Amino acid sequence: MPEETLKRQGVLPRLLGGCGRWGLQSLENVYFTFRLILQSLYWTFVAPFAGKGLRVGSSFDEMVKVGVSAVPIVALISFSIGLILAMQSAYQLEQFGATIFTADLVAVAQTRELGPLMTAIIVAGRSGSGIAAEIGTMKVGEEIDALRSMGFHPIKFLVVPKLIALAIMVPCLTVLADFIGIAGGFSMAVLSLNLGFTRYLNRTIFALVFKDMITGLIKSFVFALLIGLTGCYMGFKVEGGAEGVGRRTTQSVVVSIFLIILADSFFTALFYFLW
Amino acid sequence: MDTEEVVENIVEIENLMVSYDDRVVLDGVNFQVRRGETMVILGGSGCGKSTLLRHIIGLERPTSGRIMIKGRDLTVMGEEEMSGILSKVGVVFQSSALFNSMTIGDNVALPLREHTKLEESTIKIMTKIKLEMVGLSGFESYLPSELSGGMRKRAAFARAISMDPEILFCDEPSAGLDPIVGAGLDQLIIKLSKALRMTIVVVTHEMESMYTIADRVLMLHNGRVMFCGTVEEFRACDNERVRQFIERRPEEHHEEESGQYVRALTSDSF
Repeated sequence: MPEETLKRQGVLPRLLGGCGRWGLQSLENVYFTFRLILQSLYWTFVAPFAGKGLRVGSSFDEMVKVGVSAVPIVALISFSIGLILAMQSAYQLEQFGATIFTADLVAVAQTRELGPLMTAIIVAGRSGSGIAAEIGTMKVGEEIDALRSMGFHPIKFLVVPKLIALAIMVPCLTVLADFIGIAGGFSMAVLSLNLGFTRYLNRTIFALVFKDMITGLIKSFVFALLIGLTGCYMGFKVEGGAEGVGRRTTQSVVVSIFLIILADSFFTALFYFLW
Repeated sequence: MDTEEVVENIVEIENLMVSYDDRVVLDGVNFQVRRGETMVILGGSGCGKSTLLRHIIGLERPTSGRIMIKGRDLTVMGEEEMSGILSKVGVVFQSSALFNSMTIGDNVALPLREHTKLEESTIKIMTKIKLEMVGLSGFESYLPSELSGGMRKRAAFARAISMDPEILFCDEPSAGLDPIVGAGLDQLIIKLSKALRMTIVVVTHEMESMYTIADRVLMLHNGRVMFCGTVEEFRACDNERVRQFIERRPEEHHEEESGQYVRALTSDSF
């Protein structure tokens, strides 16, 4: 019956109808997103102080999953990035006889930009997808319904521990990535570029400014929230079975990396002009 | 059920309407569940019985109508008040819905840990008692994935009764299980009803199970209440739909359609 009525309609009503449906769907998504963000922030930052409790135990469990187990891969990638950065900058700076400024470049680039960014991308791939898959599977298996039927708030129960874990551990991982990246550049400079141990070290210490580290950490905190909220959003949006979980998991990685880079360019511009 | 008993309606559904977009799923459903009875909600697939259950346990808000649990309207409640009411209601989901990342013991203990301030040692003992009641003692440290479907269902019962709820809702308890395990679950439901004096609402389409456990039967068809009464009344009912359900007869026009389909496939005309 609907197909027949569709055929009888003109092009314009169909087009308008399509636009309307799309608009309503988008509005619903926006509403869902804002509700998720507001509720998550409420249950993370307000409710614990209003005596509504916080699941401290599971927050620590999540911190181990999100942070501690990511240490090896973050260290490995940051070290490699440090090496690459040192080689690339030495290659260019050599032309001006200023190879020693490799130290400055590695230190500043790593703390301001690459440390937070690479860490966030690794965490988005490791934990963002994991969060989406976990919540999605729970939704498919009626576990979220079970939680609600037992009088638990799914946001408080599932989202908040993950957000807290990410908000604490991603900046910690970023600090680690900063140091290991600089160490990577340092080892390349000393072992292969003959820049001298003390000279390079002094130059690095001179180049490292508190402000650069802080802006990097502010960014990494925002990235952490983006990763967590995107993962949770995708998880709660899962419909259907295993296929839905797979699709949303993929989307969570793609969308969170996109949002991370978007936020990064915003913050870089902000700090460039303001601070 | 003895009609001389003091009747108190623990669940009251008044004129419940549920529609998604243009599709009406529940169309003015009215019924009451009395304290202490076991009520079975019967109906074919897609008649709205699972939707009805999801609304009674507060997972979804109806389009209109009232859902009263212990005299309080669930449809106008805030989230907090509702979670207070829901913590006193047990639900066994069709897929058991145990938390796969937790052991059976933790699953059963979770509501106690979160909703009460009991000592851990007390919680351990209570968990043990509940698991014993469903015949799963000694399985505390197993993960849900290490148990069979029937055992998972029993564990789901243990979790649902861990807070000693007054009302227990079960969605298709024996779906996908063999008849022996299914019969065992029926016995478990009877035991819970007798021993703990729980009000139990079971959604199912299995007649055998219904005859074993039910005090009263509610039959849904196309989102409307087709029949509501005792098992004896149900057996004697001469409503066409009810007879069809009891006698397990297929839909008539379906047969015709499939006949046409088969003829079309086997004819030489194409």
